[in-house]
Amino acid sequence: MRLKLVPQDTNFDFFKHAKLTFGASVVAMVLSIGIWLTMGLNFGIDFLGGTTIRTESAQSIDVGEYRAVLEPLGLGDVTITEVFDPTFAADQNVAMVRIQAQEGAESVTPETILAVEEALRGLDPAMTFPSVESVGPKVSGELIQTALLAVCAALAALLVYIWLRFEWQFSVGAIAALVHDIVLTIGLFSLLQIRFDLATIAALLTIIGYSINDTVVIFDRLRENLIKYKQRALRDVMNLSANETLSRTLMTSGTTLIALIALLVLGGDVIRGFVFAIFWGVIVGTYSSIYVAKNVVLMIGVKRDWSKPSSGGGTQFANIDA
Amino acid sequence: MLQIPLWNRLFIIAVVLAGLAFAMPNLFYERVEQYNDAVAEVEDTGVTSEAAAEALSGWPSFLPSTLVNLGLDLRGGAHLLAEVEVEDVYEARMDALWPEVRDTLRDLRDTVGTIRRQDAPLGELHVRVSQPEGLAEAVAAVRGLGQPVASLTGVGASTLDVRGEGDLLIVTLSEAEREATDDRTMQQSVEIVRRRVDEAGTREPTIQRQGSDRILIQVPGIGSAQELKDLIGTTARLTFHPVVGRTDDADADVESRQILLPSMDEEGVFYILEQTPVVTGDDLVDSQPSFEQQSGLPVVTFRFNSTGARAFGEYTSANVGAPFAIVLDEEVISAPVIRQAITGGSGQISGNFTVESSTELAVLLRAGALPAEMTFLEERTIGPELGADSIAAGEMAALVAFAAVLVFMILSYGLFGVFASIALVLNVGLIFGVLSLIGATLTLPGIAGIVLTIGMAVDANVLVFERIREELKTARGPARAIELGYERALSAIIDANLTTFIIAVILFALGSGPVRGFSVTLGIGILTSVFTAIYVTRLLIVTWFDRARPKKIEV
Repeated sequence: MRLKLVPQDTNFDFFKHAKLTFGASVVAMVLSIGIWLTMGLNFGIDFLGGTTIRTESAQSIDVGEYRAVLEPLGLGDVTITEVFDPTFAADQNVAMVRIQAQEGAESVTPETILAVEEALRGLDPAMTFPSVESVGPKVSGELIQTALLAVCAALAALLVYIWLRFEWQFSVGAIAALVHDIVLTIGLFSLLQIRFDLATIAALLTIIGYSINDTVVIFDRLRENLIKYKQRALRDVMNLSANETLSRTLMTSGTTLIALIALLVLGGDVIRGFVFAIFWGVIVGTYSSIYVAKNVVLMIGVKRDWSKPSSGGGTQFANIDA
Repeated sequence: MLQIPLWNRLFIIAVVLAGLAFAMPNLFYERVEQYNDAVAEVEDTGVTSEAAAEALSGWPSFLPSTLVNLGLDLRGGAHLLAEVEVEDVYEARMDALWPEVRDTLRDLRDTVGTIRRQDAPLGELHVRVSQPEGLAEAVAAVRGLGQPVASLTGVGASTLDVRGEGDLLIVTLSEAEREATDDRTMQQSVEIVRRRVDEAGTREPTIQRQGSDRILIQVPGIGSAQELKDLIGTTARLTFHPVVGRTDDADADVESRQILLPSMDEEGVFYILEQTPVVTGDDLVDSQPSFEQQSGLPVVTFRFNSTGARAFGEYTSANVGAPFAIVLDEEVISAPVIRQAITGGSGQISGNFTVESSTELAVLLRAGALPAEMTFLEERTIGPELGADSIAAGEMAALVAFAAVLVFMILSYGLFGVFASIALVLNVGLIFGVLSLIGATLTLPGIAGIVLTIGMAVDANVLVFERIREELKTARGPARAIELGYERALSAIIDANLTTFIIAVILFALGSGPVRGFSVTLGIGILTSVFTAIYVTRLLIVTWFDRARPKKIEV
């Protein structure tokens, strides 16, 4: 009477369609980069500078009406997005108004915000502005730098950690899987034009954390099995390890996805982009642990004689908790 | 076989209970918050008002009363990132230096001839002399005006860089002095902002120096960023007044052109002062904590510009032995007695100072007015309703996620799933306990972090349970399988969680605001989930196993 995501003993050959799955990953990555380059990302004010105003009104107001009252102010690029959410009340009409960073303004101009609020109140005198956020172009430039730095630092730290705990081949495989996840996430954000801001970067880092977690568990088992079955082909040992951990991989992804679905539906629109990124990342992260990381390790090959101490550094820290 | 030493058990239970005890006040958030406010009020005022007494009775004092701080995005409020134009101060310093340089060069009129101040780039003082051949001497003389830099890194360096170019004498602040000045400017600005914000009496404002020239200001509960800017923009007013008298009577009658002001430090003491100040803080150039040369007692030195120096000199020569009051925003900071005429424009304030209080007063004196202009690089206003909506949505999502994960675990692992579920409940309790204990701030992404942790926290348990399942196949008895399951899953648990923890640390180091809030809950969540998975569920399973002694277990 147990819920079993996978049968008791599985014996899938994860490399049977290696060319197909790996090829699909490569194609997906190339597509993502292509979309990213052609469509660009819908950067939020964190990275571009500018102002966003969240409006809330009892009456429903058309985007066109917003545009009509804001046009005369001559603020350049103005984006208006209506926000829908299952947690909203029936008479709760929410929209996000985004105004680009104003030419030549080093910092934020309160006059602009006041003018916009004034104009919007013309549509509905009872309109409220639950949040108003402005970021100057100077800060946004630095935020981009910090964000890039954070992602690179995370990758570098994990590269070193896995190299110390396993072998450099595992490191390369894991990092390949992480890059795969990041690129696919960025591709999806570009395709769907979801707002890309600081929270998205945090989500990317979380995805890295989750995906590496998944990969490491399989690697851990692989290391154990490589010692246990010295004579078997690397490919077979990898399959065995993946099969042995498959139940855990899916259970953990399952519980995490359950939690994320709850957040996605009920958590409100403010963090939806953030949660969506993590949601997607968990899916591609699980996939990449099984189909990308191992494939890369298999391609590079790995030292099999674990009995002798390694000469090139690496595994000397492998037993710190044994 | 399956033994956990008694002290070990007690330790686990103690940690869990302590965590829950610290988490509990959050369940009664409003009541505890009112209680805390009342405690603070009674401490501040020394009076227990009726409202405070009621709030105090709302929460037993022997229970922990620390709460998780709610971030701006949950409570509503304003966030500002200000950049301080530290270079403004160089200019002011040069202006203040000019009279001194002029006087020095006038004494050398025979060698340098006539002098004239020229327009100069920001932060430089250019003086043209009519006899360039005397420039070397002029440079040496002006260099003599420099003082040793008062900072740790700049020991031995002079405050001034002086050089001659053709017939131009060029004075700038030295590199070390610039650094020291920037640092002082920032200290002053932060101090002033803090005073301004505290004055408004808002709850738990965050005022932090960021990087070399920025200040982050977060004030919960304030209506808008604009309101906050207005508040900070108000200039503090520092004045020096002649003292007429001192009284304990708050309603004492004063004559016209006199004012009655309370003392800052002494409770119930009031000073009667002449309304017209002798000098105002506008004329103050600098103030530093120092030590009196003979006695070695802490004093505070100060320096006026030429206008201030003249006025102060005239007043002090005429009033030796009389007290004068240093007034900041209608409060008397101190009322020292004039020991001697202060004609040089600089002097020192002695009193019952400790090193700390002299430093504080120096900062306060300097903190009179914002030393440099601030530009606002980032401003965010979040309405309280939006925050309340977010909390409600987050709570709802967390509850649903929680229930769903519990059901899923129990369906998958039966009794062991129940153990894992208990551990999960304790885990969330522990997260809140630790958050309260370290006074962390909960943000909306932080709530997402907790929900994510709910999903991921079972991972360590899953790893162990799956391992036990596998070990059961080799059929060496259930006890051995449980033991091996824990033993062999450990390496995977450590690796998996350490890697995620690395990410949390990087997020914390590089993130700010909400992102940092997320990293904190993620990091704490990892620690508590490893603890509950390795220790708590194990304790539960071992205890159950000891009692039931099953021949066969099913995981």
